[in-house]
Amino acid sequence: MESEKNNARPEVARHLLWGAVLFIAVGSSLYFAFSAVHYRWNWQGAWAYRQEFLRGLGMTLLASLAAMVLSMLFGVLFMLGRRARLVPVRLFCAGVVEVVRGTPLLVQLLVGYYVVANLFGLDRLIVGIVVLAVFEGAYLSEIFRGAVESIGASQRESARAVGFSPMQTYQHVIFPQALRRALPGTTGQLVSLIKDSSLLSVIGVEEVVQKVRSMNSAAYTSLEGYLPLAIAYLLVTLPLSWWARRLEGRFAYET
Amino acid sequence: MRLEARDVTKRFANHAALDGATFSTAGDAGVVALLGPSGGGKSTLLRVLGCLLVPDAGEVLIDGETLPHDEAGALLARRRNGFVFQGYNLFPHLSALENVALPLRCVHSMAADAAEARGVELLARLGLEGQEKKRPAEMSGGQQQRAAIARALAPRPRLLLLDEPTSALDPVMTAEVLDVVRELAEGGQQIVLATHEVSFARRVADWVIFMAAGRVEESRPAKEFFEAPGSTLAQQYLEGLSRYR
Repeated sequence: MESEKNNARPEVARHLLWGAVLFIAVGSSLYFAFSAVHYRWNWQGAWAYRQEFLRGLGMTLLASLAAMVLSMLFGVLFMLGRRARLVPVRLFCAGVVEVVRGTPLLVQLLVGYYVVANLFGLDRLIVGIVVLAVFEGAYLSEIFRGAVESIGASQRESARAVGFSPMQTYQHVIFPQALRRALPGTTGQLVSLIKDSSLLSVIGVEEVVQKVRSMNSAAYTSLEGYLPLAIAYLLVTLPLSWWARRLEGRFAYET
Repeated sequence: MRLEARDVTKRFANHAALDGATFSTAGDAGVVALLGPSGGGKSTLLRVLGCLLVPDAGEVLIDGETLPHDEAGALLARRRNGFVFQGYNLFPHLSALENVALPLRCVHSMAADAAEARGVELLARLGLEGQEKKRPAEMSGGQQQRAAIARALAPRPRLLLLDEPTSALDPVMTAEVLDVVRELAEGGQQIVLATHEVSFARRVADWVIFMAAGRVEESRPAKEFFEAPGSTLAQQYLEGLSRYR
């Protein structure tokens, strides 16, 4: 214990040092690459649109957050459906997952908007969020299914032996253990979701990529819009990954 | 207790784990040992007795009461039993205390503080004082198995069913666990035990069921069985096990 504490400080210092070295190396390579192609920056043109940019970012965050919550719900539902005893339920969920994973999100959004939204008179944002959530939920359900099925038969038998009902078995034995195994895959999928939300622009949702595109065509800029866009995405996705790793640490126990 | 089985059959795919098992113990059997070669049906019979498995055919009676064949009835019956398995099968994400207390709260509707007190008391009784907060991976095999016994005993089960509880343990830990089982037996706990520890069974059991190939070859008072096993199979089994000890 004592020696671990003493080792922790040089460990952190070493990481920081290497981080700085790598940052400078990558940063200067990029700088030289950009100066070599003689790109003409027009930051003033981009700066004028900062408020629009932030508004778009807000929309991206809102849509992503809503789709994240919904997608996990869909993920759990599809996963349970694929394990259900009733054959039609199982077939339906397996079919939905395969079709949704096997077709482009772009097409799903267009069908969702032009057919479903028109049919029921739904708002484009709502349809966009739901389609995105179903799309990511299909992937999540496979991550969840892998995690749930990795909990061994002996754990299920123990749960039965102490008298847990099937519901209690899921609640107290399977989900808590599966959660930890599903975490790394789930984080990756949620990061994907945030980036995939850029496709909502095709049905006219004014999210951040859409805003950058309008700005680029109005102010004759290009990278001045896209580079801040990339940084904005990183500012959202990196904390998400960091938070997930902390969670993994909290759930860590040996099996 | 009196255990009775009538023509019990249980199949897994093409393999009959129990193939018409029939026996009846004396009415006052306190500790019943299931003996016999591996693959003979001991574990399956134990699971049927404990309502973890429902047989395909035949019936099982405990003290004259037929065990239910439907899942809802089996769940209620399971809640009156305690199980200990070969691999310790504690819940790895819960502490030793939580492994004992959680089923008490959720299954037996005990208040949180009462469940915790019961857990602390039982763990201490099984020699695990001070280990309450440890997760299974932080305990030795013998400690894990004793925690598993504590979990099984917590709701004061009518029947404690042990499925080769020491097969995964080294000799020292085996002794730790068998000491606990012997104390329980001496304290009047009704036990059904599947085991290869013949000398332990000889000391503790008062009834022996000897199984091979899914059938009950012998069902007799332990004393009689160990003094003069009736079947050649049982003779060979006992000789084989005592060769190196």
